[in-house]
Amino acid sequence: MSTPKQAKYSREHEWVIVESENIGRVGITDYAQEHLGDVVFVDLPEQGSEVAQFGKAAEVESVKAVSDIYAPVAGEIVETNQRILENPELVNEDPYGKGWLFRVRLANLNELDSLMSAEEYEAHLGQIG
Amino acid sequence: MGFSAIAWENIVLTKTLCRSNNSCPKPFDFWVVFNDLIDCDAMEHPLQQTPLYNQHTSLQGKMVPFGGWLMPLQFQGILAETRAVRTRSGIFDVSHMGRITVDGPHAGALLDWIHSNDVGGLAVGRAKYGLLCTATGGIIDDGIVYRLSEEKYMLIANASNTKVVLDWLLHWNQTKYPKAHILDITREKAMVALQGPEAIPMMQELIAFLHPEPIRPFGCKEGEINGRPVLVARTGYTGEDGVELILSEGDAAWLWEILRENGATLCGLGARDVLRLEAALLLHGADMNTDVNPVEAGLERFVKSDKDFHGRDAVRNAEERGVGRKLIGFQTLGRGAVPRSHHSIKDGSRHVGEVTSGGYSPTLDTNIGLGYVAPECTVPGTRLSVDVRGRSVAVEVVTLPFYSRKRN
Repeated sequence: MSTPKQAKYSREHEWVIVESENIGRVGITDYAQEHLGDVVFVDLPEQGSEVAQFGKAAEVESVKAVSDIYAPVAGEIVETNQRILENPELVNEDPYGKGWLFRVRLANLNELDSLMSAEEYEAHLGQIG
Repeated sequence: MGFSAIAWENIVLTKTLCRSNNSCPKPFDFWVVFNDLIDCDAMEHPLQQTPLYNQHTSLQGKMVPFGGWLMPLQFQGILAETRAVRTRSGIFDVSHMGRITVDGPHAGALLDWIHSNDVGGLAVGRAKYGLLCTATGGIIDDGIVYRLSEEKYMLIANASNTKVVLDWLLHWNQTKYPKAHILDITREKAMVALQGPEAIPMMQELIAFLHPEPIRPFGCKEGEINGRPVLVARTGYTGEDGVELILSEGDAAWLWEILRENGATLCGLGARDVLRLEAALLLHGADMNTDVNPVEAGLERFVKSDKDFHGRDAVRNAEERGVGRKLIGFQTLGRGAVPRSHHSIKDGSRHVGEVTSGGYSPTLDTNIGLGYVAPECTVPGTRLSVDVRGRSVAVEVVTLPFYSRKRN
């Protein structure tokens, strides 16, 4: 699976794609879903709640483990992906598409500069193996 | 993504297992940490490898430590592997489990003394499951005894209990039943499980000595495939029909390839755990241990208390007086957070027990679990809740097993 060029990436394997205005769609990367294994439950943030950049925003539970998901950017949660509550396997099957986790209204667009481009993220993966 | 781990059986899936925490180049990624463990100087107890280790790594198995061995957790994915076993067939490397032979005029009597079931009097070619108990009725290990010949038996122990069981056998051999020879053959033999609805037909095609009739369930037979000696036992830990094959470690890779070529799906310990939980097969170390007696665990049918065996009186007492907690199976009322080992079970706000095993069941598409609760909470249909990392998850007590295969 290729790393979407339009997304920005955190070191902790979350991605954000800025859609209209300052709304960002957030999920976990293909590397993350591959290493987590089969996802069985996602604990999404409350709509309307605030997240800090790199603060815990969600939990993804796989067959064998639970992982904290950190928001790559700060802001207000405006929407969560209800489909993955019924079909958590979408996170594995389509981590950049149907397996998205939540949408956030970015409090500070400058925070995107502290994230990696697709190329930088791929280089980062090359280093950690 | 922060990797907070769940303790599972004997594995603690966290980077603290690798003692060179700070110098490990990839501390975040637990798969890589465990691959690095082989080279880690800081590691005190090197993990053993089964005869199929090279097969697993070359076939992209994700290797994890388990019971002192490096084992594949999964290949293509735990849920896909589970589904393959329920619908077709899967192969598991179970060479990490202890294989101990007991041979001689006292073999049957020795095993009858330490094992709760009627194993001494098994017919040749038959097997029985049961428990090894302490003097107070706690469970040292569970295991199947196979009678291979008039004076020769084999006991299979859990990987993490092999040494304890071996020492236990040797102790009674020395003090009570000297005319028996105990031999740990774990390292010279490999063991492969082939499980699923296609398993027996596949065996019939591959193994001439299983004709005209396959062995019966809980039967075992020694013979050869292509000149290589093999013991076939119609036993397993998945709730499906199938076999466990014991052969010399030099022949393991060859057999593994043949089964793969015949369409068996590679399966790891992750799928094994899901399958056994769906079939409500207990796991020693999780659902039972030396603090649990067979009555609490609901395993009375494997205890022959008219036979004198070590711990019999304690088990009888528990049967007569009753016990303060009993094993139940439960399932959640929908998808959601998964009840796991050690989570508190509640009746309203009252703590009534603890989960011992839990997980998502792909076969039932819900979360299931086992746990011990106060006896008044054990009636199927009872609504309870589980505290899953601070959130209250509603569950319902169900009759066991969760899943039963269709039988002809």
